[in-house]
Amino acid sequence: MSTIAWIDVALRGARPQAMGALLRHFRGLDLAEEAFQEACLRALNSWPRNGPPRDTVAWLVLVGRNAALDGVRRRRRERELPGEEALSDLSDAEGPLAEQLDEADYRDDLLRLLFMCCHPELPATQQIALALRIVCGLTVPEIARAFLVTDVAMEQRITRAKNRVAAEYIPFETPGAPERAERLAAVAAVLYLLFNEGYSATGGSAHVRVPLCDEAIRLARLLLRLFPGEPEMLGLTALMLLQHSRSKARLDAQGAIVLLEDQDRGLWDRDRIAEALALLDKALRHARPGPYQVQAAIAAIHARAPRFEDTDWAEIEQLYAVLERLQPSPVVSLNRAVAVAKLRGPAAALAVLDVLAKDLPGYFYFFGVRGALLVDLGRPDEAREAFDRALALAKSPAEAAHIRLQIDRLTRKKEAG
Amino acid sequence: MLYAILCYDREDVVESWTAEQDAAVIAKLDVVTDQLAREGRLGPVARLMPTTTATTLRKGKETIVLDGPFAETKEQLLGFFIVECASLEQAIATAKDLGQANSSNGSYEIRPLRLLRPQAPRP
Repeated sequence: MSTIAWIDVALRGARPQAMGALLRHFRGLDLAEEAFQEACLRALNSWPRNGPPRDTVAWLVLVGRNAALDGVRRRRRERELPGEEALSDLSDAEGPLAEQLDEADYRDDLLRLLFMCCHPELPATQQIALALRIVCGLTVPEIARAFLVTDVAMEQRITRAKNRVAAEYIPFETPGAPERAERLAAVAAVLYLLFNEGYSATGGSAHVRVPLCDEAIRLARLLLRLFPGEPEMLGLTALMLLQHSRSKARLDAQGAIVLLEDQDRGLWDRDRIAEALALLDKALRHARPGPYQVQAAIAAIHARAPRFEDTDWAEIEQLYAVLERLQPSPVVSLNRAVAVAKLRGPAAALAVLDVLAKDLPGYFYFFGVRGALLVDLGRPDEAREAFDRALALAKSPAEAAHIRLQIDRLTRKKEAG
Repeated sequence: MLYAILCYDREDVVESWTAEQDAAVIAKLDVVTDQLAREGRLGPVARLMPTTTATTLRKGKETIVLDGPFAETKEQLLGFFIVECASLEQAIATAKDLGQANSSNGSYEIRPLRLLRPQAPRP
């Protein structure tokens, strides 16, 4: 890696924690961001010549604080980089500072920063955009590209989110245990949202959005290092790794969806699977099940099956039943119906679907599954009807193409028969 | 003498590498380890999974199982190379070669070791 590349990586890696500490210091996102930018500029100037500091986060926090105290306003007029002497005594200051910056503080700092970006008052799209900008440090054009909006629109979205967050009162004292748990749950939900935004590739081409999945996993690992014994954080990280392990097999060369049963399992990322299974094992030891752990356990069953025919559907159905109890939702029931179809045939599954119909009137997958079950039951006309509904609800070209393929098959069968 | 070259680095930084950067680092390290293997000096090489996968067992009268790595440190043990070296000088030279291939931050700890069960088969 070139010097600039490794500095860039070091700054990216240090950003979440440094921003969290600066946020506590300045008590405002804008000031914290400005201080961090300033510290990065000085790092780019200083590190290539003086070598990297032992503790990059402590360096950035110290320099960011000082820069904001005396430098920012002056620099705006003068536009000159700090002289070497300004940085020469830094190594002395770094030691005691590193001790001051307690790991325990870092932990709550980072959680506070994430919670601020994931504030429940914000709409989901703003939460994700703000987290990507502030915590991950993605540029506005990068985020705009991922969401298929213009740079200006994304800039506005982020500004609106920042203003809204600034108006909310978020306490800066060390949170108590219940508050910490609440923040962690809110942040976990947004991380999963961020991941799904990248994973489902709604309306966008998939490769543009893979970075969203990577960022979500990076943040999840970071949080997990700070809260190593939280079973649901273990579960969420495992879940994301397992789903992401299939990313190379999910779309074919033309960008068409490849169903789980048709995927080339040789393309699944074994490293991600191994890490996920290790995390899931750790989570289960706590015997405190939660929705993320159950979903990860389901994904793990698929990951463990060498071939689609080896899938343990009975176990999957049971896990979906557990999930229905923990987190009742028609989408979960729909997934259970798929397992029922594999276990007890399409008629039993269709009976489950009939109960769900009124709860899922606009859900693409409902009609996709319904169509497939009706095909299996030899009711092509009704299947066609379901596929037509699904086609109208498709949110990406890949989804639409997949349904068209099913309709084509039906038509060909009809002509042949 | 066998030496362990233990790789310490900031895990959050290494996790920030893109897949391409990661692959490039591994490819460069492979050049060094291939040479060591040709010289018959290379033992096991391991990359540890993230510390999030770690579990710690505290020994004592009553053992305690804890989530996470043994120590919370700024830099984490991320992997190791086992290499046969004639002297500490050679071990340092080998670590330097590895360090040049992997230009990231961090440190290598060089520790001589002896095998307790040299004949033990690998799993």
